[in-house]
Amino acid sequence: MNSFKKNLLKKRYNAERRFQWYGKIAIGLALTFLAVFMFQIFSKGYSAFQKTWIVTEVHYDKELLLIDAESPSKDDLENADYYDVAYKAMTSLDPGLPEEEDRQLIQMVSYKYETEVKDLLLKNPDFLGKIVPIKLTASDDVDQVHKGNYPRDIPEKNRRVNDYQLQIYDMLNERGDILSEFNISFFTSPDSREAELAGIASSFMGTVFSILVCLAFSFPIAVLAAIYLEEFAPKNKFTDFIEVNINNLAAVPSIVFGLLGLGVLLAVFNLPRSTPLVGGITLSLMTLPTIIIAARASLKAVPPSIREAALAMGASNMQTTMHHTVPLSMPGTLSGTIIGLAQALGETAPLILIGMVAFVNTIPGTPVDPAASLPVQIYIWSESAERGFVEKVSACIMVLLAFLILMNLAAQIVRHKFEKKWS
Amino acid sequence: MSKIKAENVNVYYGSKQALFDVSIDIAEKEVTALIGPSGCGKSTFLRCLNRMNDVIEICRVEGSIKMDNLELNSRKLDVVRLRENVGMVFQKPNPFPKTIYENVAYGPTIHGIAQSKEEMDQIVETSLKKAALWNEVKDRLDEIGTGLSGGQQQRLCIARAISVSPEVILMDEPCSALDPIATAQIEELIDDLKKEVTIVIVTHSMSQAARVSQKTGFFHLGKLIEFGPTDKIFKNPDNQQTQDYITGRFG
Amino acid sequence: MNLILVTFIILLAFTSYYFGRKKALVIQSSQRLTALPKFYGYYLAAWCAAPALIIFALWSVFEPSIVKTFILQDYTDQSLTKNELQLIYTKVKALAAGTYTGNITNFLDESANKYIQLKGIANSAKVAIILAILILSLSFAYRSVQKNDRMREPVEIFLKWVLFVASLGAVLVTIGIVFSLLFEAIRFFQAVKIFDFIFGTHWYPAKTFVRDGQPDPELMKDAFGAVPLFAGTFFIAFIAMCVAIPIGLLSGIYLSEYAGRGVRKYAKPIIEILAGIPTVVYGFFAALTVGPFVKEIGNAMGLEVSAESALAAGAVMGVMIIPFISSLSDDVITAVPQNLRDGSYAMGATKSETVKKVIFPAALPGIVGSILLAVSRAVGETMIVVMASGLAANLTMNPLESTSTITAQIVVILIGDQQFGDPKTQSAFALGISLFIVTLFLNVIALSVVKKYREKYE
Repeated sequence: MNSFKKNLLKKRYNAERRFQWYGKIAIGLALTFLAVFMFQIFSKGYSAFQKTWIVTEVHYDKELLLIDAESPSKDDLENADYYDVAYKAMTSLDPGLPEEEDRQLIQMVSYKYETEVKDLLLKNPDFLGKIVPIKLTASDDVDQVHKGNYPRDIPEKNRRVNDYQLQIYDMLNERGDILSEFNISFFTSPDSREAELAGIASSFMGTVFSILVCLAFSFPIAVLAAIYLEEFAPKNKFTDFIEVNINNLAAVPSIVFGLLGLGVLLAVFNLPRSTPLVGGITLSLMTLPTIIIAARASLKAVPPSIREAALAMGASNMQTTMHHTVPLSMPGTLSGTIIGLAQALGETAPLILIGMVAFVNTIPGTPVDPAASLPVQIYIWSESAERGFVEKVSACIMVLLAFLILMNLAAQIVRHKFEKKWS
Repeated sequence: MSKIKAENVNVYYGSKQALFDVSIDIAEKEVTALIGPSGCGKSTFLRCLNRMNDVIEICRVEGSIKMDNLELNSRKLDVVRLRENVGMVFQKPNPFPKTIYENVAYGPTIHGIAQSKEEMDQIVETSLKKAALWNEVKDRLDEIGTGLSGGQQQRLCIARAISVSPEVILMDEPCSALDPIATAQIEELIDDLKKEVTIVIVTHSMSQAARVSQKTGFFHLGKLIEFGPTDKIFKNPDNQQTQDYITGRFG
Repeated sequence: MNLILVTFIILLAFTSYYFGRKKALVIQSSQRLTALPKFYGYYLAAWCAAPALIIFALWSVFEPSIVKTFILQDYTDQSLTKNELQLIYTKVKALAAGTYTGNITNFLDESANKYIQLKGIANSAKVAIILAILILSLSFAYRSVQKNDRMREPVEIFLKWVLFVASLGAVLVTIGIVFSLLFEAIRFFQAVKIFDFIFGTHWYPAKTFVRDGQPDPELMKDAFGAVPLFAGTFFIAFIAMCVAIPIGLLSGIYLSEYAGRGVRKYAKPIIEILAGIPTVVYGFFAALTVGPFVKEIGNAMGLEVSAESALAAGAVMGVMIIPFISSLSDDVITAVPQNLRDGSYAMGATKSETVKKVIFPAALPGIVGSILLAVSRAVGETMIVVMASGLAANLTMNPLESTSTITAQIVVILIGDQQFGDPKTQSAFALGISLFIVTLFLNVIALSVVKKYREKYE
């Protein structure tokens, strides 16, 4: 073998190795992106599941509460004035502080601290007149300091927590009066302008309602359409047109569906704005082609011998379809539906257009109450400047991803457990 | 003179054994035909000779196959160089979806055989002439190879195989997808080629084996039942099974 | 009101199903049935529900516009423009609903009263007509049942029609999209010349364009040039493709040609997770992590980098699209017949030579098709750009500056309360229709290319 060929062969093998490495690097890059991404979200988000409390003592002084009655009724407690009691509970942390500076202490707890003082007494009426320890929700800034998300070494004027507040925080922390507990209110509270109080309950319910509405609209129509196209439709120009239509609709950008929702559902049909009803219908239009395509594929997978057997028994076309083909195709259809719904679950842009981006601080009880949805909540919070919202966004993303993983698992299970294998 | 010498070759697909202790001597510049009923392992054996079984993940080859004293069934063997010397023509014509010219030039290009455009033109022309296709395609070398007829496609594949001047060409039922006229053309071609190269052909047609080959091996159920000069195998085989197959009693 | 009516119709349908079946059982005692008893039930139920619900739907669709014409009749003598009439009608409706907060004129008050009155009449008429229809259709159906006519065929024909109508759903959605976009876009193009929209280079819809209650063409002249948006859209899509095509294609090739079964089994679904992550999450990631990262690197190299750079948005979008390209090209490459590979290997080609010189050219149409689909994805992507790239429409080709896209501008314009009739709102629909046309064009080409490719190797 001459040296030219030897060299060439060497070059060819080097090219081969290089090419393999390109492939490995490409896959490695894709996996790295995913890993970095997940790490970012989890490392930022896990702390949102912890809530920081400041423990102090409150004196339910009847005089300050302006309660006159000897044995006050529930109404008396309800209507009492808690301002001074709550105020004293906070300022007692540093009695030496001049009065004009006391806002610094008050700012260390959430602005709802008065309500928290009130709720404790309403729950335990016998605390009246006593001095009891109380847990108050720490403000967003203190919360972030406690979680170590807030750099302490930057100049004071650039910090939202000043030196005095840090000093109080350190004192309380040393005393063990800063508590960190599982953040239940993140799941039970609606949205709030204050990061420490904001929760995902309203957007969660909004998502649930939207998905239910979406399912209710898209599933029946899609399944019926798939049955028609696969089992009954004559092969002609018109059904070809429907088919092309469905395929193209599946690739239309989601925001166009938002414009459709805005221009037709809101402007023409006057459905209520910002509600899961409209959101769900808009999403269902988007999901429709996905489910039709999945349902058709699984109808196609039912072997013709089943149909022939039923027809040979004298069943009508409709009976054959409804009794045999459709039930056999259901697992595939269902898993396609779940995947379609999972896609709809993550959609944001169309919901923003139909107004589900409004600030909603109540938990919606029906699909016609204004609501946000989880992805929109992520958008709203991420537009917010406050530091505390960063971890909230990440936590919200974790909840959303968990939701998506569950749905995809469900789709897998439905497919593998119930699908018949034709051989 | 012996070109390829196989000894005790065993082939497994996963846990299933496909070849049992096959030993055979393939002579240089002769046509050796491998016959037998379908699934008997003749194609499997053929694919051992240029290591095409490597492509099949679950396939495992044991035993020794030597070509000019070079061990083929060795991990260290460079399959790229082996295949440059051992070409193959497949059952179904498989020209690349490229022009006729590019199809033939593919091998010389990757192996760096031609140094210039003129040389390449020369190789393409010679190969197509040897494959008896030149006159039919010389005016349309830049048409797509898949547009030819089945017989032409197969001759194009043969031209492609001989373009790198291999020492051995393996043919895996090269005529099974062709009509009788195209088959006759290919058989004629094989007869011409054997002056320069060693040919091993797998065929299910006994008459074809009788027409083109000098030696014939009969495979059955993964075993080489009988191997010898074609005349002897067809007129006076030693083995009863061979006799039955030749006379059409089974297969 | 409507809810009660629909519920009533549906309940009646259920009742008639049971009634029909029972009737069948009675008939059975004297003569042979023409179908299973339940078909008698279906027959009655279908006759009960279908005509009434169809009339109800038609009524609901046409009633508002009829009422509107009646109300606006009183204003015809005032020679008002369409937009003003629309505004008046909105006011009248708001007043009638008790949510109006502006000045109440006598005329408006009168109209509102008339509106309430008309609505009342319409409602009673609707109930009356639907009840009449119910009685008519039910009595007709009951006669058929009594005569023991053929029952199965009509029910099946009816079902087939239901199936057919459902399959029109997808077409209706498309029609809905086209019309809702066209309707507003045409009104927009009455105020702004199409030419100015397509070729104008200055997009600045932030100010208001209404002077004295009239859209003022002078104000709008230089605000609706969409070139920066078209350019930005394709620029960001281009950056995304620069990331997605090499990585996606190479990993697709590696997975289909090189990877062992173990790697393939795990790597493929893991990469596909990237496609399942909601875009808003990518947007957050781009804005919070990638954007600042790009800025830092740029600053370290002494470059001026915007915190919301096209590069960050495009790169993250590219990551999102990787699995799209990798799994489509994996499919396409796997579809290339094995005998082509064998042919190449038998010539002594190495794997990468086979991939580059035989498989890739053979799979090229399919790969091009999937890349086009991916481009259409990138063009239609919204949230990443909204969150990570700027909202100001700069006409720039510098990936380190911020730029905006069609989709992002639609969101910017329509977020919050929209004023229908304002050219700013309408411009979003004009952008929407351009987006729709572009993506439709890409999809049609891509789908037909892929379809042709599939047919070739099947």
